[in-house]
Amino acid sequence: MITIGELIIGLLVLLGALLSAISSFGLIRLPDVYMRSHAATKSTTLGVLSILFAAFLYFLLFEGQVSVRLLLGILFVFITAPVAGHLIGRAAYRTGVPMWERSVQDDLKKVVTPVRTEQNRE
Amino acid sequence: MKTNDVILQAATKVVVFIILTVSVFLFFAGHNHPGGGFIGGLMTAAALVLLALAFDLKTVREVLPFNFHKITAIGLLIAVLTGIGSFVFDAPFLSHTFAYKVLPLLGKTELATAVLFDLGVYLAVVGVTMTIILSIGEDK
Repeated sequence: MITIGELIIGLLVLLGALLSAISSFGLIRLPDVYMRSHAATKSTTLGVLSILFAAFLYFLLFEGQVSVRLLLGILFVFITAPVAGHLIGRAAYRTGVPMWERSVQDDLKKVVTPVRTEQNRE
Repeated sequence: MKTNDVILQAATKVVVFIILTVSVFLFFAGHNHPGGGFIGGLMTAAALVLLALAFDLKTVREVLPFNFHKITAIGLLIAVLTGIGSFVFDAPFLSHTFAYKVLPLLGKTELATAVLFDLGVYLAVVGVTMTIILSIGEDK
């Protein structure tokens, strides 16, 4: 039982560290701000979540205590990290940060551009 | 122009309660675990600042009609009064004591007068932080 727990905890920590490393590679390699925020939000969130869950399992199996703070932390990161990514991407789009030159689709343009020209007219 | 902040506001409504709960937990955990009045007060102020970010300052002032100058003063007053209170029992300034009492819901609980001092610290930190943030954030 404890051995299986050790195995699961180790795998979760490794998975979390690997996902965080992959997301930082994505931050360096990807060409524009939207793709970078895509890399930074999704995989880092999952990485942090799996590391926190591994810590929770460790305290549960080896110390015998249920750490509510870690569960709350998991819930908190799960709620807030995507919202932060959304806000950063939105602020970037609204201030006119260009997309990668080989992007093919921009559905938001026909909604945001009329508003922006109207603002300039005022 | 009216900006569309649905996602931020909906997330804030959920998250503020988590932050406030954790801040109260930190405040009471301060005696035996990491935490205390200072960090609890800062987290409460952080929750209020998040509200002010997601909604605007006018709404926050309507929802929380506190005068934060007064809250700072009340906090300092409580902290000083816990110090003066020890004179009543013929003890030096700021001596603290504790007792074990059986409370209805909580069972055997350690009641320490240091919690009252911590409450003063908590209120002073919330008041000072919110005064700084609100007076900087307001445009006149």
